[in-house]
Amino acid sequence: MPQNTDWLVGRWRTMLTIRRTEETIAAMVESGEVRGPCHLYIGQEAVAAGVCATLRAEDTVWGGHRSHGHYIAKGGSVERLFAEVLGKTSGCSSGRGGSMHLAAPEIGILGTVPIVGGTVPLAVGAAFAAKFQARQIANAQGNFTSPASTAGSYAQCGHAPCGMPDCSRDSACRHTFVDHPGAAVSVAFFGDGTIEEGHVHEAMNLAALYKLPVVFICENNLYSSHMHWSERRLADNLYRAGEFHSIPGERVDGNDVEAVYKSAARAVARARDGGGPSLIECRTFRWRGHVGASFDLDVGVKRRGELSDWLLKDPIRHAEERLAARGLTDLSQEKADTERFIEDAITAARAEALPEPRPNMAFVWRETACAV
Amino acid sequence: MRRLNYAQAIREAHAQLLKSDPRAFVIGQGLWSPWYAGSSLEDLDREFGRDRIVDSPVSENAVTGLAVGAALAGLRPIVFHPRMDFMLLAVDPIVNQAANWSYLFAGQVGVPLVIRAVINRGGEQGAQHSQALHSMFMHVPGLKVVMPANAYDAKGLLFAAFDDPNPVLYIDDRWLYSETSEVPTEPYRVPLGAAAVRREGRDLTIIGISSMAVEAQKASVLLAAQGIDCEVIDLRSLKPWDKATVLASARKTGRVVVADPGWRTAGAAAEIAAEIGEQAFLELCAPVVRVTLPDAPAPTTRSEEEQYYPGAKQIEAAARSLLEAPARRSAALAGGGQR
Repeated sequence: MPQNTDWLVGRWRTMLTIRRTEETIAAMVESGEVRGPCHLYIGQEAVAAGVCATLRAEDTVWGGHRSHGHYIAKGGSVERLFAEVLGKTSGCSSGRGGSMHLAAPEIGILGTVPIVGGTVPLAVGAAFAAKFQARQIANAQGNFTSPASTAGSYAQCGHAPCGMPDCSRDSACRHTFVDHPGAAVSVAFFGDGTIEEGHVHEAMNLAALYKLPVVFICENNLYSSHMHWSERRLADNLYRAGEFHSIPGERVDGNDVEAVYKSAARAVARARDGGGPSLIECRTFRWRGHVGASFDLDVGVKRRGELSDWLLKDPIRHAEERLAARGLTDLSQEKADTERFIEDAITAARAEALPEPRPNMAFVWRETACAV
Repeated sequence: MRRLNYAQAIREAHAQLLKSDPRAFVIGQGLWSPWYAGSSLEDLDREFGRDRIVDSPVSENAVTGLAVGAALAGLRPIVFHPRMDFMLLAVDPIVNQAANWSYLFAGQVGVPLVIRAVINRGGEQGAQHSQALHSMFMHVPGLKVVMPANAYDAKGLLFAAFDDPNPVLYIDDRWLYSETSEVPTEPYRVPLGAAAVRREGRDLTIIGISSMAVEAQKASVLLAAQGIDCEVIDLRSLKPWDKATVLASARKTGRVVVADPGWRTAGAAAEIAAEIGEQAFLELCAPVVRVTLPDAPAPTTRSEEEQYYPGAKQIEAAARSLLEAPARRSAALAGGGQR
């Protein structure tokens, strides 16, 4: 596993990029420049950064309303994220989605949406597709594997560089299912409140039953909106939520990017090798409120006390301490580079245009199977 | 040409689609049992394997969500709900997810998905095994909704729904499973959004949906025997629906009955009547009349079922009432165009 110092600097940089992107968004929420609901990820960066470091381009990640971090960690364009929350046509969802609806199909983000747990069955479906396609490759006996018969498939859409050595990010992929050994993995990111949705358990059962390459990442930030877990459950045991469905689970420190990475790497390898789904509960804390820029201290004394504890467990500082222990104490150049990167991205996004102020019926329905 | 019944036509379409497209699979409840789908999916698992004909746990929401995710990831699923009533547990993946996806992400990604739901009314099955809920879904932007009324359309609309890059709700009715018509052996498409004129006529228009299109044709025979010349339209697609064909007929005859197997309030028939009213009011001789279910859940007792479900007789009565009503347009014109 590539957990040398350079690797950790990379993860630290990803976390810092998420942090600074979201602090920029928070400022725009406070100033009124951004008006749609923004659910900030600040404090949880190690989860996205650790998990996504285990993934390939063709692997899919699925999220919810709090998915800026997942998008950035999987490789999404920060400029297009800024543009999206500003409602610009250059946004990653062409200004249609805003903060809660992000897509970047070229890097395996086929859509994040805010219905709680809404994408968990979809993640299972993407894993079903990956296994279905891998099985067709394995069974390739000439029946269903000619390029003509797979026309229009995801791999042929030009959406995703497929990971094959001769398929670059710059060129549209023309590989078909038969070219892809091994199954793509899908990762479902969701919060602790999602475990309380019934369909999530249906989805876990299907994933286990069909032994699908999916990893369930429960980001337990202790609060579902304003409600502490103890107001919603009797037992603090979310890592066991898959047990009844024969899905192994474990709990990790969600503010330790290396711990998250190690756990996720095991789960992803197991999924890719046909071992089926896993559940990882990442213990973490969101610094800001459920929605908006404030620190949400109005929800009670308990949260205020917890926040001061969790600020001390800052995942970024945690990584910096690890780096310092390995002799790397000066990150000022990287910090300056990140600041400049964020500044350039927001400047470019601000310069883009808003959509025309008229009803836009385009894409209510798609005209062709492969629009891009 | 050979004749197939409605269920056989559905089965043949499935088999041909599965054979021609390696991305196709079917998932849902009861696929390995003759109990749920009648003969409409009979032995497909033997022919194509249980990897592609996936009989699922009773998890309507997650199974439908799985199909949405698989469609997003490149497969072409057909998700099967053996009773439309049960599909209500899957409204989130259908309405919030599948229907919105293309618009939300500006067409970068889409959900090429067939959601098949079966209306299973009659047989004393009652309120939760009988519902025809098409109007709830035709309300939703991003979904398409089709309801074939004969074997030819059952096959052709399934092909068209499968080819479409959007989520299409395909609703069939078990009352129609034994109805036969000529069905070509080779694949063909019945375009989505196109109604069929089943009978041309001058005196009034009857627009039928699903089983009520069959009842409309029976009514037209009863009416023809009384010298009344009906035009019968089988709507076939509810979203999008064929406004041009319907409005042209309404303008021609000036009198319209809409026969809908669903409830009255905010139903499909109400939408069609409203559109005709908005677009062709001055060309009508009488208000548009609806023949629908009463606004009550389905009963279980046979005697009450007979009252509950309208058929050709009720359509005939509605048509006669329209013709017996004073011809308001002519009267108004005779009075110097006063309105």
